[in-house]
Amino acid sequence: MSLILALAIALTVAAGVYLALSRDLFRCIVGLAVLGSAVNLVVFAAGRFGPIQPPIVSAGAEKLAEHAANPLPQALVLTAIVISFALLCFSLVLGARLRQQSGSDDSNQLRNAEPLPADPVKPPVLD
Amino acid sequence: MLILLPLLIPLATALLTALLYRQVMGRRVVSLFGAGCFLVCAILLLIDVERVGRLSVALGSWPLPYGIEFAADRLSAALVLISAVLGVAVLWHQTSAADPAPETPLLHPLIHGLLAAVSAAFLTADLFNLYVWFELMLIAALGLLVHGGEPRQLEAAFKYLALNMVGTLLFLAAVAFIYGATGQLNFTALSAAARRPELAAALPVYVTLLVLAFLLKAGAFPLFAWLPASYHTLPAPVLALFGGLLTKVGVYALLRLLGQVFDAAPDLLFEGLGWLALLTMLTGGLGAVYHWDLRRILAFHIVSQIGYLLLGIALASAAGAAATLFFTLHNILAKANLFLIAGLIWALAGHYDLRRIGGLYLARPGLALLFLVVAFSLVGAPPSSGFWSKFLLVRETFVQEHYVWGGVALAVSLLTLYSMVKIWLEAFWKPHPEGPDSVVSVANLAPAYAAALLLAVLTLAMGFMPEPWVRYVEAASYGFMDSQQAAL
Repeated sequence: MSLILALAIALTVAAGVYLALSRDLFRCIVGLAVLGSAVNLVVFAAGRFGPIQPPIVSAGAEKLAEHAANPLPQALVLTAIVISFALLCFSLVLGARLRQQSGSDDSNQLRNAEPLPADPVKPPVLD
Repeated sequence: MLILLPLLIPLATALLTALLYRQVMGRRVVSLFGAGCFLVCAILLLIDVERVGRLSVALGSWPLPYGIEFAADRLSAALVLISAVLGVAVLWHQTSAADPAPETPLLHPLIHGLLAAVSAAFLTADLFNLYVWFELMLIAALGLLVHGGEPRQLEAAFKYLALNMVGTLLFLAAVAFIYGATGQLNFTALSAAARRPELAAALPVYVTLLVLAFLLKAGAFPLFAWLPASYHTLPAPVLALFGGLLTKVGVYALLRLLGQVFDAAPDLLFEGLGWLALLTMLTGGLGAVYHWDLRRILAFHIVSQIGYLLLGIALASAAGAAATLFFTLHNILAKANLFLIAGLIWALAGHYDLRRIGGLYLARPGLALLFLVVAFSLVGAPPSSGFWSKFLLVRETFVQEHYVWGGVALAVSLLTLYSMVKIWLEAFWKPHPEGPDSVVSVANLAPAYAAALLLAVLTLAMGFMPEPWVRYVEAASYGFMDSQQAAL
């Protein structure tokens, strides 16, 4: 079980890094989102997992059963999912606006903030 | 309760200014008033911490280590106070005509959101909670980057977002690994758990991952590319806020985690951090030498100064931590002030590029003097706050016999001096390229002058009366490194 999860996380990280290194804005954003999912799986794996009891104290008992799941990583991963979803939405809108305004989604073409120098010694003037 | 106010007041102000989205004046007044309350609270918190030593509150009355703890010691209280001072100065500057940010309804909520996230990050004593505040800081910073809406700013925001997301994900993964290994998130509980012998092999790897994430957030070599790529697109007051605070939160997290929580980390980690610090100083300084745009020069200097702060952490001693804290306080004041002054230069001379401006010494000798005082403080000329910062830092490198580290730190000051002299010669000394009448009179610059003067007075106070400040930072660092002192 641990091995399968580890392999799944490794594969997701690889896919995320590959996409995030792309020059295309949207592939980069999707890559970061995939990478975020991989990290969320890591957080989830920080607790116990597998065929175990839900973390609910049964009626009459004082504490959790011995093999109950750890609820804390689930709470953490929920927080992380919410935050990364907000950031994903923001970055998609940002990407769409950038494409609209600059007419390109190739990061090599997006040179408004840092124009390439024409002079070998002095940087260009930003106006 | 006092300990939560530096977080609740900016949050409440953000909410109120968001509700006042129709009234420009109302927003401004509420925003300034909120910043004032934040400042008063930060002062009260500092006084209380000075009296008691360490304040702590666990939310929801959960027993520790299960409740989320907020704690203020001298280190946190000083940084919260300096953030509050900067918040007031920046909002004051924003009311002037010196390159203010456009007053959209979102500006003030975002600034206060940023202040809330920064002060909460200084106060929290829980690793996952720290992650949440870093995320809030990222979201507020992104909002401020794009809220002008120019293509250049959107582009900068994308670079900022992509690289900072990677840092955030590294941070979250490190938190997960550390929680998986120790079962703790509270700083005090983590510190105890980190000493368990069975974790001696795995934990340094996780801590290194965590350090990598904070190095990216702090803008250290070779992970600083997002900083000079984005900061120069911002208007002056927001730029001052970013340049003064954001990277310093990363430095604070490193200081807190390596100095207190994981102080048993292997020497190799600190040794590597030291060399990275030197490379950060050097590359930041060299980047600044190449550029001619005021904002870009100053942005590269942020990177260079981060190197000094990291060097103090790499020394792994109470004196090193004290030097880092003193340097951070000095740097927040001086760096933010230089950006505020850059806004004034833009308003008077008409451009940020040094090749397009000049003649300010003749036209505005007062501004020239203000710049000179702050610039020489950043360089570290005696007797200025920068001098004492570098003195504390370099003395500790020599005490620990890291002569190369100390030597490089001193040599990089020359690069800083070169850049500052370049700004002085080009912006102030040479005549304006478009004739002597090109320095225009601008109405409503008084608030900008006042804000810059406020920060300059604090810088001068640090320079001419260093004893109380040094005594405070030494008490702070001995306070949070007491476990290490006991071991020695």
